[in-house]
Amino acid sequence: MKTFFWLLKREFWEHRGGFLWAPVITGGVFLVLNIMAIITAEVLGARHGWQVGGDNLQMMIAKAGEGDLKQIGAGLDIAMISSMGLIGIVMGIVVLFYCLGALYDDRRDRSILFWKSLPISNTSTVLSKLVSATVVAPVIAVLVSIVAGLLHLVILALVLSLHGVNAFQLIGMAHPLRAVIDLLSAIPLYALWAVPSVGWLMFCSSWARTKPFLWAVAGPAVLGLLVSWFGIMGLFELPTAWFWKNVVARALFSVLPGSNIAYHDGALEASADLGDAHNPLSLLSPMHTYGLLASPNLWIGVAVGAALLAGAIWFRRVRDDS
Amino acid sequence: MNAVITANGLTKRYKNTLALDDVSFRIESGRIVGLIGPNGAGKTTALKAILGLTDFKGELNVLGLDPRTQRDQLMEQVCFIADVAVLPRWLRVREAVDFVANVHPRFNRAKCEAFLARTKLTPDQRVKQMSKGMIVQLHLALVMAIDARLLVLDEPTLGLDILYRKQFYQSLLEDYFDENKTIIVTTHQVEEIEHILTDLMFIRDGKLVLDTDMESVGERFAEVMVSADKADAARRLKPLDERQVFGKSIFLFDGADRATLENMGEVRRPSVSDLFVATMKGTYA
Repeated sequence: MKTFFWLLKREFWEHRGGFLWAPVITGGVFLVLNIMAIITAEVLGARHGWQVGGDNLQMMIAKAGEGDLKQIGAGLDIAMISSMGLIGIVMGIVVLFYCLGALYDDRRDRSILFWKSLPISNTSTVLSKLVSATVVAPVIAVLVSIVAGLLHLVILALVLSLHGVNAFQLIGMAHPLRAVIDLLSAIPLYALWAVPSVGWLMFCSSWARTKPFLWAVAGPAVLGLLVSWFGIMGLFELPTAWFWKNVVARALFSVLPGSNIAYHDGALEASADLGDAHNPLSLLSPMHTYGLLASPNLWIGVAVGAALLAGAIWFRRVRDDS
Repeated sequence: MNAVITANGLTKRYKNTLALDDVSFRIESGRIVGLIGPNGAGKTTALKAILGLTDFKGELNVLGLDPRTQRDQLMEQVCFIADVAVLPRWLRVREAVDFVANVHPRFNRAKCEAFLARTKLTPDQRVKQMSKGMIVQLHLALVMAIDARLLVLDEPTLGLDILYRKQFYQSLLEDYFDENKTIIVTTHQVEEIEHILTDLMFIRDGKLVLDTDMESVGERFAEVMVSADKADAARRLKPLDERQVFGKSIFLFDGADRATLENMGEVRRPSVSDLFVATMKGTYA
């Protein structure tokens, strides 16, 4: 257990730039862009004599009905979680390249000979890399998103308070706690959903003698083209798109957070049945997203990913090209 | 004495070459064995087999374990330095010590820090900022702090200057080696390790051509400096090798009669490098 913790730490040391600094910088850029947008709006407003907010806005809030207040709250909630969108994409790309290099880079620079001189099994090594990709990286990304989101909320409230709106009243309308819970609850789901991609990428990383990226991308793509060309899916009475969506995309892009939304169609509509569909947070709430656990696509993916990881462990042992 | 390594019929074939050809040997505890051979002779393959880094045919027992299936356990008792350039470039000194201290049950942190204190390495320094000599100092400090029974060194001083090379072997002898430890070392700089070896193994084309301890090297092999008039007589005794120095011939004999040789000229114990060159004659031809 102690060894495993240190293996995770080792991965973090090596990939501090991708795991920690990439989300932090993305969050920072996100906040700076927003501040610039606010300043632009203020400058334009001042130049053209527009009245943003002011007494009117405060009056509007005072006179707003319950439904309108909900809309304002929803707007603030969106502002708060919108940083996750950007950070999530960056994290997905980081995880993709991390997995491709995880079992290849140390073979290329021969440092595998140092790691293999320590009493650590190949299984723990590969599993520590799996956990880094599916747990450590997302946890850091989510924590950074939460901080960025809260800062964003505070900035918006401060700006509006300059226009005479009561900032505390405004923040009271948002649901920061709920947003935090929603984001945190997404991590286990992401981990499960990403397993087939992580498995495939790490399998290529462990198996390829050179150019794991090329193998990982070209393999599924060429297979997809062949399937399309010969209409093989017709044998199973499935459209060709099924293969691209459920094999090619699952192998490559499931590391991108939120990619699962494209898969269980009707999920977005289902949210309309929820009581407060006005609020975008309900889309991300575990009550809603954990419906994915009932999807065979998720569990088949986990099984395939596990098999690929077993292959990665095996190749980690037998490849002696360094 | 108990054997640290016993190998029986060790064979390893790469696509079209036989890297190890039915090799058998036995290494006892408390020895320093030099495994010496020309490039591509199978040295590294033999070491990789011992370390469980490659598959092979035949029987191999290292410290009572099978390296193919029990590698994780084996590595608690075995250390190796592959060559200078294998520490990951992003690693800091502090991180390296922390990591090994926490994953290796037989690592002595205080010992490691004492070794590091004798160098110019600083805790925050990364491997990529170090010279080759400093990298090997770090690696050696890590390895010497591990109480292992077998240390495998594969060209550990390749590309180092002579100061680092001398220091390397000196540290090993003074601060590390004792009768419970065994060291196997491969190198091309034979002269530098000659005086520390207790056993000698020559490997050529995947076969062991010499496996002996250093004492018997002196008994079995002899070098005689013979003046020109006695050269023909010496040649009739079938020397391994002949070379000319200052108008005299130096002959290297394997198992020739001492008294006969002493009649012909001055008899010396051959250096390992001369023995090596004589044994490997024609390797690259």
